[in-house]
Amino acid sequence: MAGCRLWVSLLLAAALASSATAVWPWPQYIQTYHRRYTLYPNNFQFRYHAASAAQAGCVVLDEAFRRYRNLLFGSGSWPRPSFSRKQLILGKNVLVVSVITAECNEFPNLESVENCLETFSQLVWKSAEGTFFINKTKIKDFPRFPHRGILLDTSRHYLPLSSILDTLDVMAYNKFNVFHWHLVDDSSFPYESFTFPELTRKGSYNPVTHIYTAQDVKEVIEYARLRGIRVLAEFDTPGHTLSWGPGVPGLLTPCYSGSRPSGTFGPVNPSLNSTYDFMSTFFLEISSVFPDFYLHLGGDEVDFTCWRSNPNIEAFMKKKGFSDFKQLESFYIQTLLDIVSDYDKGYVVWQEVFDNKVKVRPDTIIQVWREEIPVDYMKEMEEITKAGFRALLSAPWYLNRVTYGPDWKDMYKVEPLAFHGTSEQKGLVIGGEACMWGEYVDSTNLVPRLWPRAGAIAERLWSSNLTTNMDFAFKRLSHFRCEMLRRGVQAQPISVGYCEQEFEQT
Amino acid sequence: MRPSPHRTPELLLALLALAAQASAQQTPALWPWPRSVKVSPELLNIAPENFLISHGPNSTADPSCSLLQEAFRRYYNYIFGFYKRHHGPANFQGGAQLEQLQVSITLQSQCDSFPTVSSDESYSLLVQGPVAFLKANRVWGALRGLETFSQLVYQDSYGAFTINKSIITDSPRFAHRGILIDTSRHYLPVKTILKTLDAMAFNKFNVLHWHIVDDQSFPYQSTAFPELSNKGSYSLSHVYTPRDVQMVLEYARFQGIRVIPEFDTPGHTQSWGKGQKDLLTPCYIEKKETERVGPINPTLNTTYTFFNTFFNEISSVFPDEFIHLGGDEVDFQCWSSNPNIQDFMQKKGFGKNFKRLESFYIKNILDIITSLKKGSIVWQEVFDDKVELQPDTVVEVWKNENYLAKLEEVTFSGFKAILSAPWYLDIISYGQDWKKYYTVEPLKFDGSVKQKQLVIGGEACLWGEYVDATNLIPRLWPRASAVGERLWSPETVIDIDDAYSRLVRHRCRMVSRGIAAQPLYTGHCGH
Repeated sequence: MAGCRLWVSLLLAAALASSATAVWPWPQYIQTYHRRYTLYPNNFQFRYHAASAAQAGCVVLDEAFRRYRNLLFGSGSWPRPSFSRKQLILGKNVLVVSVITAECNEFPNLESVENCLETFSQLVWKSAEGTFFINKTKIKDFPRFPHRGILLDTSRHYLPLSSILDTLDVMAYNKFNVFHWHLVDDSSFPYESFTFPELTRKGSYNPVTHIYTAQDVKEVIEYARLRGIRVLAEFDTPGHTLSWGPGVPGLLTPCYSGSRPSGTFGPVNPSLNSTYDFMSTFFLEISSVFPDFYLHLGGDEVDFTCWRSNPNIEAFMKKKGFSDFKQLESFYIQTLLDIVSDYDKGYVVWQEVFDNKVKVRPDTIIQVWREEIPVDYMKEMEEITKAGFRALLSAPWYLNRVTYGPDWKDMYKVEPLAFHGTSEQKGLVIGGEACMWGEYVDSTNLVPRLWPRAGAIAERLWSSNLTTNMDFAFKRLSHFRCEMLRRGVQAQPISVGYCEQEFEQT
Repeated sequence: MRPSPHRTPELLLALLALAAQASAQQTPALWPWPRSVKVSPELLNIAPENFLISHGPNSTADPSCSLLQEAFRRYYNYIFGFYKRHHGPANFQGGAQLEQLQVSITLQSQCDSFPTVSSDESYSLLVQGPVAFLKANRVWGALRGLETFSQLVYQDSYGAFTINKSIITDSPRFAHRGILIDTSRHYLPVKTILKTLDAMAFNKFNVLHWHIVDDQSFPYQSTAFPELSNKGSYSLSHVYTPRDVQMVLEYARFQGIRVIPEFDTPGHTQSWGKGQKDLLTPCYIEKKETERVGPINPTLNTTYTFFNTFFNEISSVFPDEFIHLGGDEVDFQCWSSNPNIQDFMQKKGFGKNFKRLESFYIKNILDIITSLKKGSIVWQEVFDDKVELQPDTVVEVWKNENYLAKLEEVTFSGFKAILSAPWYLDIISYGQDWKKYYTVEPLKFDGSVKQKQLVIGGEACLWGEYVDATNLIPRLWPRASAVGERLWSPETVIDIDDAYSRLVRHRCRMVSRGIAAQPLYTGHCGH
């Protein structure tokens, strides 16, 4: 991963000024000076360095230049500054961008330059008179963890495409780089599959309005790519799959009451060959639709009561010689993992897969979400990395859970590597995710519930482990939330106070 | 305070006729649930282009009543969604049609007045083809009835607007049904306040308790003391100008909502100090004056001169007969540190009892308010600290521990009470906390009938420490709706499952009317 170096030493001089209190997350290395420079919106340019591997025509950067120009100065036209001739020569404001390896048309990792631009945009401030300034600043920056994610749940409640795209924008402001898209679950199946269109036709809340078409998915992926964000799609099985049932008869296990099917259904039926044929075809589609190397296969909270009630499952277990349902679960998941690896994909799974001792490939990523069970989440991190697997932390970062007061502080204070283990083990922690489950969240309250609380996690995952001063964080986060408001993000307050530009009701 | 349901003999007859037919029918998603509802399975179709809301021939109101004219237009738009979902010319298969809703006011309309605590909000609604009748004694009941009527109309699976023949008689259980907003901890743009008033009307709330100033900022622009907001507001754009206030007052009036301003003293007043010299008490450390200031200085004559002028302005700006005077959480530390206060206490014979000083102060303020011909509402501490109150002072119970016992105590002393203790909506938690608010029974205390009648209502409070325009609406709605039904509907309306199924649909209706009300639980709205 390439780092970000930002040497702001533009031309033009000025007097003393305030320092970089709005920078969030805090860079690895930053030095600010009192010396400040004026930026003239009409004159300011982003420019490629002559030696840069990326040059004009690099879509990711061309788009980013335009985006950040608008974020900095607004999209309005600015009057030409009236300089004397001498000043005019000095008035060329340029941010020179140089990229070592381009990858303009690839999917992320091209995040580093993106993140540079974000930092740069946070350094610019506006005086009371409306003049834009930037202080002389030296920054060298790189993320502490490579996987910094936000999970959105579009099954419990459908989120309109615009909510997702807006979230991607704000993720970029916070230097998040993974959008974990929990697309489907028990409640609804909004992903429109072209191989199995019945899934959405029968499993979505509304097969016309509450679905994600192929075009929608493409748009999310490209929008994310332009912001240096990966899209990690989750299709959670064998539990959490009730909405799959209506569209694929025979996929789910019929539950029995006594000797008869009760009419209700449980997890995916692991005893039928047809199940694996289906999954094989389905995941072939998914592997081609989602370009990221990783897929999230879920595997959490499998309820065994329905399996236990079903005589066919019982017979299958007997045949296979399974004595407990964890073995059956393992059997299912192993078969699924084999299918997905055949498509040259890596996978992420929830911690139960590890807890239930499913045999998985050594490069599997295990996501820790349970705070206490079976063990404290830090202990779980220790055990997963001890077993040699890579780990993602999200247990302390369930943003859907709300309490009164500044709960961002607790999330901020989490140290993901605070477990007993070798440095090798710690190296296996690739990052974490802030999760916004959707039971009580839809587009009416998503944004204020997410921001700036997720920002606390963004800084924990990006900045150095030494960036822990709460007062400093509070000051910057307050400032940064106002900056988000200025950019049109409905980010809620973290304490009493005000922003120059408040959120305006539409 | 609780008007009896208004029923005409003709309605009674029709009601009996319908009662026989009322069968297994999905209940309409009425919220809050009316006092009496009879819904017939017989359907009427409504064609937007062939439907109007108009004044009944015998109504005391006519098109010169802009309050009703505006309401007619508003509810027409709510019902038909601004034609957004209209599929061109309607093509009914000859079903019965509803073509008109006639609104009749039977007594003096009060069209141009402001609503008061004794305003009559009762109404009756007879839905039949081709003309439906909404009758109310005053415009206030008509507003509530229009809301109910709009909630009865739905679109069938072909998109046709439909309504069941029905008979509804309705009146509120409690006269005071309020929402508290706090514009000091965070400034709320006027637009957000107006949106809140819209949503309040959807839930039949009738009081906006405007906690307008507090320690953090003083956004109210006073004409008599402009320095208060010049120096005490967060910024010069974070103020409510007289024009802003007028706009809120008039907008609220049009929805039948009272606006009760709160100017909380003597505590919670840090922001006043910046624009009004010597108003606050200087705090001392070891006999030395510090930069810090505490509550209002109750020892100076200038304090009372100031408040006389200030409340004179307030009582003319805000038309409501009540002003909320606060009086909560007075911190005695600063007062006790100040030698001048100590001298004053000695002179007055208060000894070391600062509650007596507080009482002295509040008594003076209450007298000022009385002299301005206004009534006072105070937080419960004023009662707890045994301040001598006026007989018509209203006590608001906000402390959560034993609030029912407190209601008993307050009403036993003969004072009117408002309950807000169990309804602090700024305290959030995970899950369906609306149920907690819904299951509160405000009169579940030991006391005489007379005592219970002294409980005039309640308020859902959304304090502003962590709330501003970004999250106010989804945090308030539909959680406050639970309080809305508790305060409006009969005490027998307590079935939580029925409430859930209605509230889910009510929240979707709010969303379709532009209120970003958050979900109760997993699911979706039709749009």
